[in-house]
Amino acid sequence: MTVAELQLALPEIFVLTMACVVLLADLFISQDRRGLTHLLAVLTLVFAAILTLRVMLPPGEVLYAFSDTFVRDRFGDVLKVFAYIILAGVFVYAKHYLRQFNLFKGEFYTLSLFALLGVMVMISASNMITVYLGLELLALSTYALVALDRDSRFGSEAAMKYFILGSLASGLLLYGMSLIYGATGSLNLADVSAALGGGAGDSMLLTFGLVFVVIGIAFKLGAVPFHMWVPDVYHGAPLAIALFISSVPKLAGLALAIRLLDNGLIGLHGDWQGMLVVLAALSLVLGNVVAIAQTNIKRMLAYSTISHMGFMMLGILAGTPEGYAAAMFYAIAYAIMSAGAFAVIILISNGDREADQLEDFKGLAKRNPWHAFLMMMILFSLAGVPVFLGFFAKWQVIAAAIGAGFTGLAVLAVVMAVIGAFYYLRVVKLMYFDEPEHESAITAPVDFRAVLTINGVAVLALGIFSGGLITLCVSAFV
Amino acid sequence: MFDWPLLSLLIWIPIVGAVLLAAIGNRMPHLVRPLALATALLAFVLSLVVYAGFDASTSAMQFQEKAVWIAAFDIHYHLGIDGLSLPLILLTTLIGVLVIIGGWTITDRAHLYMGAFLVLQGLMVGMFAALDALLFYVFFEAMLVPMFLIIGIWGGPNRIYATIKFFLFTFFGSVFMLIALIWMYLQGGSFAILDLHQLPISLSAQIWIFLAFLIAFAVKVPMWPVHTWLPDAHVEAPTGGSVVLAAVMLKIGGYGLIRFSLPIVPDAAAELDWLVIGLSLVAIAYIGFVALAQSDMKKLIAYSSISHMGFVTLGLFLTFAILRNTGELTGAGLGISGAMVQMISHGFISGAMFLAVGVLYDRVHSREISSYGGVANTMPWFAMFAVLFFMANSGLPGTSGFVGEFMVILAAFHANFWFAFVAALTLLLGAAYSLWLVKRVFYGEVANDNVAGLKDLGKREWIMLTVLAVLVLGVGVWPYPLLEMMEASVQNLVEHIVVSKLN
Repeated sequence: MTVAELQLALPEIFVLTMACVVLLADLFISQDRRGLTHLLAVLTLVFAAILTLRVMLPPGEVLYAFSDTFVRDRFGDVLKVFAYIILAGVFVYAKHYLRQFNLFKGEFYTLSLFALLGVMVMISASNMITVYLGLELLALSTYALVALDRDSRFGSEAAMKYFILGSLASGLLLYGMSLIYGATGSLNLADVSAALGGGAGDSMLLTFGLVFVVIGIAFKLGAVPFHMWVPDVYHGAPLAIALFISSVPKLAGLALAIRLLDNGLIGLHGDWQGMLVVLAALSLVLGNVVAIAQTNIKRMLAYSTISHMGFMMLGILAGTPEGYAAAMFYAIAYAIMSAGAFAVIILISNGDREADQLEDFKGLAKRNPWHAFLMMMILFSLAGVPVFLGFFAKWQVIAAAIGAGFTGLAVLAVVMAVIGAFYYLRVVKLMYFDEPEHESAITAPVDFRAVLTINGVAVLALGIFSGGLITLCVSAFV
Repeated sequence: MFDWPLLSLLIWIPIVGAVLLAAIGNRMPHLVRPLALATALLAFVLSLVVYAGFDASTSAMQFQEKAVWIAAFDIHYHLGIDGLSLPLILLTTLIGVLVIIGGWTITDRAHLYMGAFLVLQGLMVGMFAALDALLFYVFFEAMLVPMFLIIGIWGGPNRIYATIKFFLFTFFGSVFMLIALIWMYLQGGSFAILDLHQLPISLSAQIWIFLAFLIAFAVKVPMWPVHTWLPDAHVEAPTGGSVVLAAVMLKIGGYGLIRFSLPIVPDAAAELDWLVIGLSLVAIAYIGFVALAQSDMKKLIAYSSISHMGFVTLGLFLTFAILRNTGELTGAGLGISGAMVQMISHGFISGAMFLAVGVLYDRVHSREISSYGGVANTMPWFAMFAVLFFMANSGLPGTSGFVGEFMVILAAFHANFWFAFVAALTLLLGAAYSLWLVKRVFYGEVANDNVAGLKDLGKREWIMLTVLAVLVLGVGVWPYPLLEMMEASVQNLVEHIVVSKLN
C-alpha cells in the first residue's frame, strides 16, 4: 500500500473520516444547533468533490490500487461528482422535511454519508469483493434510514421488508459471484474478463453464476420481477428517505451493473443481454401500467422508477460504449428529476402529514405558481417530452437499443412512454386545471427554494444544452 | 439586415417575450397586453423582412444558420428555409399577432395565456425552419406543452378530456417518427434533413419508415380515421387556441409529409400512395357529410377542417398516380402547389371562421347553431365578414378557398377521373354545410332576445376580421406571389421524389 495508492482513494478516505467526525460531533451538538451537523455534512460533500476533481482522470486512463481491488477511472469520477451534487441537494431538501416532522437528528447525516461511501466504493470497485462491500455498506445504511422514524408503523414495516428482500438479493449476488469464482478462479473483474475471453471455465457453471449476478443487479435496480420492495419501501419510508433512495443509489445501481456485467462478464454478453431484454421489457410494461392505478404519489413515483430502470437497462443491454454512456446519462438525469419531484412533495407537506396523495396537488398552480411550474417541467421531463432533460435521456437509450438490433423493444419502450405520459399529465392536470381545496400558504426556507429552483431549471437547461453532459458521459467510456 | 440570424430571432423573440411576460405578469398587469402585442408584431415584421430578402428563384435553403448542438451525435442547431417553409412561417407570425389581439379580453392569468401563445409561436416557427431532424422533433413535440396548457386552463367545460386526448394522440403518433429518425441516423450517421433526403434505403425499410412518418403526421393533419381528437380539442379550446390549432398546427402534418415522407422515402410513398389518397378521399367526402350533421358551430368548422385538409394530403400524393397514369409529370407540381396554397388558404379561412364564432360566443356564450338566427339584422357588418369567410370555405371563386381546391382537382384529373370526381364532391358538400350554417345563424327573423341585444363589431374585432378578409380575397384574386414563392421548391421536390432511392 503506497502513498500513491492512498491518494487515489482520497475521496473515499475523506468521506469515511468525515462520516465518523459527523457521528462524534453530533453527540456534542444540542438540538437547536443541529444545523451545524447539516453544514458539516454539506461541507464534506463539497470537499469530497474538490478531492475527486483534483485528480480527475483524462478519458481512457485507468488506475488501480490496493492489489487491483480499487479502480479509478473517468466513469467513476464523473458518477461520484454527480453523487455528491445530488446528495447535497437531498440534504437541503431533507433538512426542511426532518425539521417539520421532528426527525432532525444526526443519524440521518451519518447514515447518509456511510451510504454515500458505499456508493463510492461500488463505483470504484474492480473486484467482486469490493463490489459486495460497497453494496452492503449502502444497503445496511439504507435499511436503517428507512426506519429513521422509529415510531412509524409503516416505516418499520418498510424497513423490515427492505431488509429481508435486500439480504436475499445480496445473498443471491454473493452466490453468483462464488460460482463465477469457481469457474474462472478469480474474483478480480479484469482477470474474470480475461479468463472468459480465453474460453476458460465450465459454461454451465458460468451461466448459473451469471443468472444469480443478474438477479442481484435486477433486485438492486428494482427491475420486474424483482421489484416488489420498491413501492412498499417508497411508500413506507419517510419522504426524505424515499427522496434519497430514489436518487443517489440509482447511480450505484448503474455502476454495479457496468462493473460486473461489462468489466467482468462482457465475455458472456450474449447471455446477459437476453436476460436484460426480458427484465427491461417487463419493467417498462408493469411500471408504466401499474403507475396509472396509483392514488398515492409516492407509490406512483415508485412504479415510475421501475419503468425508468427499464429504460436505463435498454442502454446497458446494448453492451457498447455508446449504450453505457446513454445509460449513464439516464441514471444521472433520472436522479436529478426524481430528487426534484420528491422535493415538491416535501414542499407541499406540512408537519401534520405528508402530502403524498395525488389530491394534495390540486390547484398548486394557484397556490404557488413558481413551484408548480418547476414541478410541471420535472413531470414533462419524466414523461420524456422535449426539450426537457428526460427526453434526451430517453432517445439515447432508445438509440442504443435500436443500434443493438432491438427495434421491437425500442417500439415497446416508446409506446410505454406514451402510456406513462398519462399519469404524469394527470399530476399536471391536478396542479393547473383544478381549483385548490384550501388556500393555506406554502412556505419553505430560502435554501430549500433556491435548490429546488436550481433543480427545476436544470431539468430544462440540461435539456436544451444537453451536448455537454452527453459529451461527458461519452468520454467516460472511451 | 439580411445577414442577421433572422430565423433564430423569429424563434427566440416570442419565447423571450413570454418569459418577460411571466416575470412581470403579477406586478404590472397593465403592461402584459401591450408587451405581448409588441413582441408578436416585432416577430411579424421580422418575418416580412425574411420575405423581402427571400430569393424565390432557387430551391436551395436560405437564411441558413448552423451551430453544433450535440457534438457526440453530430446534431446541429441548423435552420434554413425554402419556398415550402416560408409561406407557413409567414402564416404563423401573422396568426400569432391575431390571437394576441383576439385574447385581449382574457382576464384569468392573462400573462400566462399570452405567454403560452408566444412560446407556441416560437416553437412552430422553429419547427418550420429546422433542418436537423432531431431539432425538428424537439420543436414538434415541445409544441404540445403550451397547447396542452392553453386548452386545459382556458378551455370549455370538457377541457380536461379534450386536452389529454389531444396530447396523448399526438405524442403517440410522433414517437414512431423518433424511432424512424434514429434508425436512419444509425444507417447514415446524420440527422441533417438534407442528408436524409439523399440517404439510400431499401424498399422494405422505406415502407416501415413511411408508416412511422404517416402515423406521426396523419394525427397532426388530421387524417381520417385518427382525426377524433380534433373536434374535441377545437370545441373545448378557447377561441385563440382553436384559431392556432386550425390555422397553423394542422399544417404541421402537411409540412411534415412534404419535408420528410415524400423526399426521404419516395419509393415507399409511390408504393403506398393509394393508402394516403384513399384516406384523403374518405376524409373529403365522408367527413363532409359528418360536418353537415353538426349542431355545434365549432364542431362543424372542425369537421370542415378535416375535410379540407384531405385536399392537402390528396394533392401531395397525386404525383405518383399521375406518373403511372400518363407517364409524364404534367400536373404533379400543380398538385403539390395546390396542397400548399390550400394549407395557407385554410389557415386564413379556418382561423377567420373560429374568430367569427368567437365573436358570437363572447356575446351569447353559446356555440349551438340553434341559439342563433337573424344575426345579420343586429350585426350587419359582422354578418358581411362571416358570410365572406363561410363562402370562401365552400370554395367560392375569387376567394383563396377556390384556388387551392381548384388546383388539386385539376391535378387529380391527370391522375384518375374518379379521384377528381370524389374530390369535387366537396364543392357541393362544403357549400351545403357552410351555407346552411349561414342561413340558420345569420338570416331569417331575429330568433331570440339574446340575438336582438347583440352589438356589432368592436374596433379590435374589426381589425382581425379585416386583415383576414383582405388576405382571403387577395390570394383568391391574385395568388401569383404565393405561387411564385414556392415554385422553385415545388419543382425541385417533384424532380427529387420521382427518382428512386433504391439500389
